[in-house]
Amino acid sequence: MKNLILSCLLALTASLGYAQQGADIVGRIVGGQKAVIAIPDFRGAGRAANLTAVFNETLFQDIDQAGVFKMAPKSMFPLNVPQRPEDFRKPLQYDPNNRTRAPWLLDWSEPPVSSDFLAFGYTAEQDNQLVLFGWLFNVRQAEVAAAQVIGKIYHGSLDEEGARKVAHEFATDILRQFGVESLAGSKVYFVSNRSGSKEIWVMDYDGSNQKQFTFYKNLVTMPNVSPDGTRLAFTSFAGGVPQIVVHSLETGRKIPFYNQRASMNATAAYTPDGKQLIYSSTASGWAQLYRANADGSKLERLTNTRSIEVEPKINPKTGNEILFVSGRGGPQQVYKMNIDGTDVTRLTTGEGEASNPSWNPQGTHMAFAWTRGYSPGNWNIFIMDVATREYVQLTQGAGRNENPSWAPDGRHIVFSSNRGGSMQIWSMLADGTQLRQLTSAGVNEKPVWTK
Amino acid sequence: MIVFFTAEPSTIERGQASVLKWEVKGADSVSISQGLGTVSASGNRSVFPSSTTSYTLTATNAGGTATESVTVNVTAPAAPAPPPTPAPSDDFGTMVAKLIQDIYFDYDKSEIREDSRATLTKNADALKTIFGKFPNNTLTIEGHCDERGSAEYNLGLGDRRATATKEFLTQLGVSADRLRTISYGKERPTCTESNEGCWSKNRRSHFVAQ
Repeated sequence: MKNLILSCLLALTASLGYAQQGADIVGRIVGGQKAVIAIPDFRGAGRAANLTAVFNETLFQDIDQAGVFKMAPKSMFPLNVPQRPEDFRKPLQYDPNNRTRAPWLLDWSEPPVSSDFLAFGYTAEQDNQLVLFGWLFNVRQAEVAAAQVIGKIYHGSLDEEGARKVAHEFATDILRQFGVESLAGSKVYFVSNRSGSKEIWVMDYDGSNQKQFTFYKNLVTMPNVSPDGTRLAFTSFAGGVPQIVVHSLETGRKIPFYNQRASMNATAAYTPDGKQLIYSSTASGWAQLYRANADGSKLERLTNTRSIEVEPKINPKTGNEILFVSGRGGPQQVYKMNIDGTDVTRLTTGEGEASNPSWNPQGTHMAFAWTRGYSPGNWNIFIMDVATREYVQLTQGAGRNENPSWAPDGRHIVFSSNRGGSMQIWSMLADGTQLRQLTSAGVNEKPVWTK
Repeated sequence: MIVFFTAEPSTIERGQASVLKWEVKGADSVSISQGLGTVSASGNRSVFPSSTTSYTLTATNAGGTATESVTVNVTAPAAPAPPPTPAPSDDFGTMVAKLIQDIYFDYDKSEIREDSRATLTKNADALKTIFGKFPNNTLTIEGHCDERGSAEYNLGLGDRRATATKEFLTQLGVSADRLRTISYGKERPTCTESNEGCWSKNRRSHFVAQ
């Protein structure tokens, strides 16, 4: 069951775009095997030379993190690395041990490299700008003329930011060839206490570029971003009791939101069209779910129980089904209902405690935190096929693992874990592999991955 | 069938945990009374009874049924020291700090416990006196939770604890418009260790003078 869910999820996007490239490799991706890519270090000319370390690291991480390729080991690479297509010279007779000849495709496709693809090129300084000449070759082809998949020039500023930018853009183009949306450019909003109080922070998906976004000098938490990436809704104690506050991500400014008269309005989430927010309010005396326009007007109550109900999340594809957390049947569990509050069903089995539901972008699976199999407080990340309720456990008891959020590619998950001692933000492939720690300063939690 | 079924410790103070441990061999189904339901053949479970409670383990197979019971004796927490007498010159905040005591809750519960009823009754009497003396001040009831539930759910739970506390005081005649509530969920623990001793201190309603 586990393999079925994961291979469907992970193969889905990977299999789409590559059909035109070669049926053999499609078969291998769908069959769970990954194409192999070799990425030798690019060299830089002039002042670009100082930026090659940042460039090479960024390009390698973007491709590796995507999880669609097997990375060919650098230690096996031939000594004579091409920098331009013209560097390839077809030998009359291929001799892998002849080190004086020009680079050739078989250097990369034959053992020990055994790669399917080769990304190569170079960077240079041009008119005070950083220029990247990037190529992707299918080294399984017999001739150079047939091998080129990408050949493109990229421009960036002549600094580390520019080096990261051109690397991200090149990686995005490579991944697009395989039907995979690159994560480059995607951001993670999260909560950090490193300024002295909990505030909303933002970083690039790979952990670089971490910046403080709110400055309330108070308790600010539980962020949610509108699907178009223009607004951020969160829960703030700055007004005394917990209330919902909305900021523009374009101007950084606060946008009016009408909070119900209640001791708590919290855990807001946007509908797919960004026109409404659903959230939890104690206006009735119990935390119950409500739907309102994005400015808080036109309020509608969705649930009516004497139990605690929080974290409503609307299916991003259908805009109809709401996942939410409720204590209506005992310990907190994840439930599903229609957007008008009808047809309530419990999704988790009732074992342990379940929380933090997060839809994947396709609206088919949820990632969530569950203590199933562990004592209260020992959360692990699971994913569940919402239609069949089949589930898979992705983390295995190392620390507390909470608040999973799907990447825009539907293949990665960001979450918080205290497995290293303190609560930090981690990312992983949706099969639980490729774990990567993104933060280390202070306490960091509640990540939300956005485009 | 039942190898052993124990409760350690067998006597606890209210609010503390006792751990049930059991091992059963050759049974088709194993269950424990008091709402614990079906359990695996061997395991352990922390329980937090608020009064002396007997737990019965029932093991069943084709050959019949075996049962074994253990009792967890619950004692009232040690009586707190008598509250200090306020001096006539004390201000509102000082009087609240001296006379009003926190109350504590069971895990994932917002019902007022029996021991908390006694505390709240004393708090209500004191509040009537204090509010009589300071007609313009209000009291904030903070609801707090231990670290185990999710932060989001605990925000709702802490709110419920503060509200239940306010409702109880109001029923005892304290004016509702002098009481405010706020939930901090698990964001402001008073004790930061990960054990029941600490968790039981964090599941509380805390009173703050405004």
